[in-house]
Amino acid sequence: MSQPNMKSNGTPKVGVYVCHCGINIAHTVDVAETVKFAAKLPYVTVVRDYKFMCSDPGQELIQQDFRDGKVDRVVVASCSPLMHEATFRRALAEAGGNAFMFQMANIREHVSWVTLDKVAATDKAKALIAAAVARVVLHQPLQKTSVPVNPDVLIVGGGISGIHAALTAANAGKKVYLVERDPTIGGHMAKFDKTFPTLDCSACILTPKMSAVRSHPNITLWTYSEVAGVEGYVGNFKVKVRRKPRYVDEELCVGCYECIEACVYKKPRFPDEFNVGLSMRRPIYIPFPQATPLVAVIDPETCAQIKTGKCKHPCVEACLRNAINFDQKEVIEEIDVGAIILATGFKTFDASRVSRYGYGKYPNIYSSLEIERMTNAAGPTGGEVRLTNGEKPKAVGIVHCVGSRDNHTNQWCSRVCCMYSLKLAHLIKERTEAEIYNFYIDMRTPGKGYEEFYERLLKENVHFIRGRVAEISDWAMTPEEEGKLVIRAEDTLVGVVRRIPVDMVVLSVGLEPQADADDVRRLFNISCGKEGWFLERHPKLAPVSTFTDGVFLAGACQGPKDIPDCVAQAGAATAEALALIDAGKVELEPNTAYVLEEVCSGCQTCIGLCPYSAITFDKEKKVAVVNGALCKGCGTCVASCPSGSLQQNLFTDAQILHEIKGVVNYV
Amino acid sequence: MSYIYFPGCSLQSTGKPYEESMQAVFAALNIPIKELDDWNCCGATAYMSISELKSFALSARNMALAERQAGAGNSADMVVPCAACYLGLNKAHHYLAENPDLNAKIKGALGVAGLNYSGRARIRHPLDVLVNDIGMKAVTERVKQPLKGMKVACYYGCQLVRPYADFDDQHEPTTMDVIMKALGAEVVDWPLKTRCCGGSLTGTVPDVGQRLSYILLREAKKRGCDVIATACPLCQFNLECYQSEMSRKYEAPVNVPVAYFTQLMGMAFGLDHKKLGLKRLFVPVHAPAAVGGSHVAA
Repeated sequence: MSQPNMKSNGTPKVGVYVCHCGINIAHTVDVAETVKFAAKLPYVTVVRDYKFMCSDPGQELIQQDFRDGKVDRVVVASCSPLMHEATFRRALAEAGGNAFMFQMANIREHVSWVTLDKVAATDKAKALIAAAVARVVLHQPLQKTSVPVNPDVLIVGGGISGIHAALTAANAGKKVYLVERDPTIGGHMAKFDKTFPTLDCSACILTPKMSAVRSHPNITLWTYSEVAGVEGYVGNFKVKVRRKPRYVDEELCVGCYECIEACVYKKPRFPDEFNVGLSMRRPIYIPFPQATPLVAVIDPETCAQIKTGKCKHPCVEACLRNAINFDQKEVIEEIDVGAIILATGFKTFDASRVSRYGYGKYPNIYSSLEIERMTNAAGPTGGEVRLTNGEKPKAVGIVHCVGSRDNHTNQWCSRVCCMYSLKLAHLIKERTEAEIYNFYIDMRTPGKGYEEFYERLLKENVHFIRGRVAEISDWAMTPEEEGKLVIRAEDTLVGVVRRIPVDMVVLSVGLEPQADADDVRRLFNISCGKEGWFLERHPKLAPVSTFTDGVFLAGACQGPKDIPDCVAQAGAATAEALALIDAGKVELEPNTAYVLEEVCSGCQTCIGLCPYSAITFDKEKKVAVVNGALCKGCGTCVASCPSGSLQQNLFTDAQILHEIKGVVNYV
Repeated sequence: MSYIYFPGCSLQSTGKPYEESMQAVFAALNIPIKELDDWNCCGATAYMSISELKSFALSARNMALAERQAGAGNSADMVVPCAACYLGLNKAHHYLAENPDLNAKIKGALGVAGLNYSGRARIRHPLDVLVNDIGMKAVTERVKQPLKGMKVACYYGCQLVRPYADFDDQHEPTTMDVIMKALGAEVVDWPLKTRCCGGSLTGTVPDVGQRLSYILLREAKKRGCDVIATACPLCQFNLECYQSEMSRKYEAPVNVPVAYFTQLMGMAFGLDHKKLGLKRLFVPVHAPAAVGGSHVAA
């Protein structure tokens, strides 16, 4: 091993601290042996082990040794740096040292948690400690820099989560941009008639918040818009928003419906998205009476004028405020924000994917979202639950877990279906007096007042059959089954196969990530779990943060959630964003790249490769220059530099080579 | 590509008309096919429940023979019309690929007989071959007497799609529907495509087995179908041979012709009825009125 540069560093004095992590590490790794081993490594002056290095007494061990002059740099062999690197760096700094004269050896996640073999575990722990010691010897003191934080917030998605986040941030005095891709905010919640378990009217509690968004002086609401590009970093994002043309001037339109009535399509004939296809709309439409903004929109796919240019466009003449403008073009807005909250929500499972349930094949089989619209007083049937022949159903089956808890489709529990199935059972019974049969695997009702609601439904004489439905078909075995939909399921409480004839079936579809969740995650440079939900930084302790600083998650884009949980999470995400903004500045990690000017040939290979546009070319000196505030320390330029003139703090060639040698020499 | 035909025991006994019609149809479509030399029992049913290892060994021997017959470097696609043989061989194919311990034992056993099974042999059902290799264009072009007006219930049974759905949907298979439509037939909406025919219960617990067959027949009749098309010798046997007994027992007539889908293909191709084994059926299949309405089987 080559000698480290002693001139600037002095003779290194390395302290090695091995953590037992209770028994998490000590159960598999022979700690005493690693201590003996570490003591013999070059430049190591102190070796200690302790039950919990992250505890105050554990940190104090390090601090005391530093104050006593026994060590000038530290290796802690414990957990993942994601867990406690910040803790130990802070401890070292508080004792008067430099936070970056520190290296962590991960002997928990990378060692003790992944094997039961004690000999192999101890061997690997030793190798990792040797590597950390070899590298820390070459560490240099580094300083963090800080940049100011832009106080504005971008919120993507205007469902209940985005709405709540926007209002909370705006009420805290922040300027908020709320971007929604549909023509109105409101999301799924706007489609529901009632909410469980209180049965309060969904619109009554949501629409006041929607209009508050519209009128709030701190909120800029861009509906029918999508984020097209994101650059920059925590505290200083540059975002492009694509505002699609709605062909109606938002400032002029007052939502009077005159244009809609005047449309050449006298009969609405295009499936209405808001009513999930249960009714028809015209090419010019307002999604629903409380749409926010209450502004008409023209669908370019169906409007005769836009498609052919040959329409008499009576809508234009009907509008007294001249709001209709077929020349409207897409607009790209460019904004600077400090924090981003993603609240892009979910989509419901497509029930036709389970072919044996007959959705799309037999009449009177509906998805739960369709029934939500049907039970809604402002919905396509005015709140009446009716069969296709106009009659009230006498018997209705509600099938739980369609596209949930199923290895053939989605493995996860969608969390909301049991409760909304109960709600729909109540609403359908209230409107039709039908017999209701719930087919469930397990009733999952954990929540305030939820179990009580289940109890209430039992008392309302709704039937509950425990068993996953095998098949829904129209073939009869008995005269009672003739002309009915027959639901076949094993009743696992009784131990018999049941055939229940019904008039109507509700398929309680599960929740899925949005179809474009993967594109959105790339746009914002965050991660998805294997199911496609956006990944939080830590499932328990950082549930609204992401691995990209300054980007937070709210609502069902992170996983299935009901309304109370969405609102709670939106509040939490906003609090995190406010904490970031109100700190006023963000500290930047010093692990940035830098150029050794005397070696740089000025080839500019690095400039095109930098994903953060952090490198420029100094024409006078003919060398590359790294802007430390923009550099995120990804290392792309360092790896690509043909002359080796690009180096990176904490990842210099010498440090990495020494680290490798530490492992290799041990092995 | 040449296919290796594995008959199994049924196709040369109770399922003879299946063999005859399939060979006639494949010949009409110029699909090269050659029977596997020295084939043995597929390993299904009785073997599987008594000794899994022996069952897999029997299956593997057939597949090893197929690989040898195909010759090194050539694909070894076995056409297996009997649903039980198809499943038995396919199951061995899957198990041996996924289970190295079992594979090693079987390799040892085959080695004693001078055989080797590499996993190259593919198990194909004629429905799979016709729809996915040959294609409906070739089938449509070969149709001489379209089955216009003939209402067909396509019955797949359980073994073609469960547990392995290698060429069709597990619950809502469509390959046979596609073929029948290409022949000009009207495919009736029939939600019992993969429901149990009674299987071997028809022989062991007749009350249970026959009731299952009866449900299928009654529903087919109710939906006005002229013929049930099958792809399995046991399904065909169960559905056809007990019809008079069932009619008596359940006091409802359930006389519905039950033909192999290959027989219906042969009829539409205008092939000689003698080559299609039509006379071997107990319940005669009527050719559609549009092409003469003659009684095909005596």
